Amino acid sequence: MKWKKWRLELLGVLLGLIWIAPFYLMFVNSFKTQRELFEGTLNLPSSLDFSNYIEAFQEMNFLQTLFNSVLVTGFSIVIIIFFSAMAAYALARTKSKVSTVILFIFISAMLIPFQSVMIPLVSLFGEIDLLNRGGLIFMYLGFGSSLSIFLYHGAMNNIPETLDEAARIDGANKFQIFWYIIFPMLKPITVTVGILNTIWIWNDYLLPSLVINSPGSETIPLRMFYFFGQYTTQWHLAMAGLTLAILPVIIGYFFAQRAIIKGVTDGAVK
Amino acid sequence: MRTRDLSYWLFLTPVLFALTTVVIIPLGVGTYYSFTEWNGITTGDFVGFENYINALQDQRFIDSLWFTIKFSIASVILINVIGLSLALIVTSKIKTNNLLRTVFFMPNLIGGLILGFIWQFIFIRVFANIGQAFGIEAMQGWLSTTTTGFWGLVILMSWQMSGYIMVIYIAYLQGVSKELIEAAHIDGASAWQRFRHIVFPLVAPAFTVSMFLTLSNTFKLYDQNLALTDGGPYNSTEMLAMEIYNTAFVQNSFAYAQSKAVIFFIVVAAITLVQVYFNKKREVQM
Repeated sequence: MKWKKWRLELLGVLLGLIWIAPFYLMFVNSFKTQRELFEGTLNLPSSLDFSNYIEAFQEMNFLQTLFNSVLVTGFSIVIIIFFSAMAAYALARTKSKVSTVILFIFISAMLIPFQSVMIPLVSLFGEIDLLNRGGLIFMYLGFGSSLSIFLYHGAMNNIPETLDEAARIDGANKFQIFWYIIFPMLKPITVTVGILNTIWIWNDYLLPSLVINSPGSETIPLRMFYFFGQYTTQWHLAMAGLTLAILPVIIGYFFAQRAIIKGVTDGAVK
Repeated sequence: MRTRDLSYWLFLTPVLFALTTVVIIPLGVGTYYSFTEWNGITTGDFVGFENYINALQDQRFIDSLWFTIKFSIASVILINVIGLSLALIVTSKIKTNNLLRTVFFMPNLIGGLILGFIWQFIFIRVFANIGQAFGIEAMQGWLSTTTTGFWGLVILMSWQMSGYIMVIYIAYLQGVSKELIEAAHIDGASAWQRFRHIVFPLVAPAFTVSMFLTLSNTFKLYDQNLALTDGGPYNSTEMLAMEIYNTAFVQNSFAYAQSKAVIFFIVVAAITLVQVYFNKKREVQM
């Protein structure tokens, strides 16, 4: 039994090393000069030289790009959470055919792959001049609300209606009941909804690539094409750029690991 | 709140408005356009099913459909086998289990585009170097042929998604009672028998969830495809989502691309409805 456990431990560690290897290789090679990298990718760099990072940082316009990603993701998350929770509250507290149909429409919308709407979507939003960051955030509300409403609606069932009643008798209006009583109680599911949408929007490439055309407004994934253009790839810069791009995610993961894994599991299993 | 109350509709307006303008109208308008000669600016004549008939005879579209199906099957099998194995390893009370969970799950937090670029480096440069060092001819020239492009994509997706599927299996494995396994152990059941007759039936619902999650994710894949192979060599590793994108935005055949997008929608919806059917059937049995 002892021997067996030891073998399992070894197998686990071995697999762990394989899993981390691509990140390790990216990181190690990000410190090499173009020539060093050309000579080999498996050895360590001769010195800890940050010049690739400085160049990649500037070429990516890193601070502006990071700001765009934070801006788009942040605003999208806030409006998705706020409006989806509100809608789920209305749907869950009003048991009627209309509510059932509306919920059904939102759930059915999850079936629609992005490719099926992207061409007319870009064309329509182009006509009303909304192919910009503002339009993008609004689109995320449209695409993100379905799953969020579904999750909030499920959680609403656990919040007793007597709470609404008590608040109503105390003179609270509908919005006050929602905002001061119900919304705070939905906090666990708000965390899940926030995490799922953050992972999706932060990493999304295709939608922003179609919507954002002006230089200076690009999010992180869009900017990666600077390194992987039409011509030969400059691997040493690309590795530094990729490391910079995933750094914010790794930092976030480090601090919120448990919540992230729980959120993703809940989102998939429910 | 009642449906005739103003507040009910005020609470629903923002999301209904967004869903309508972003999803429902484009889907409706797009479906209409797919029967016309729409070029992005003018609608053109109504052409009936012409775009659809052309699409189904379009070799590039059919090739991408087959490539997508083959890729999905290989990925779904590998991701689920690896995902379940990882889940069994990290739930077996080994010392490093928390660290390993973190590591296996990590790729899921990073965008497919970035992961694709990282693996492009691994396949093209690192594989070549390993091949040189150990004299393995097969590790040279990855992503330059259809076969290595195919397996490159499968490896990338297995590496990325196995950790995701792992956490789903873990959630179900935790529901398996320790006493039950212990009892079977005392009764002399081997490790395999315990897995086969106790653990497996209890985690069976996880298979349905995982299978269809992986299926819909791999079937709709775009970012990884773009970053790793960009459909090359000669469009032979181009999947459906990319084929539709290229028809629309590279060849500028909007109406034609939209007809392919509608076919894509029907296939994806069919897959999902089959899933819902199986889930319901299982719930009835239980």
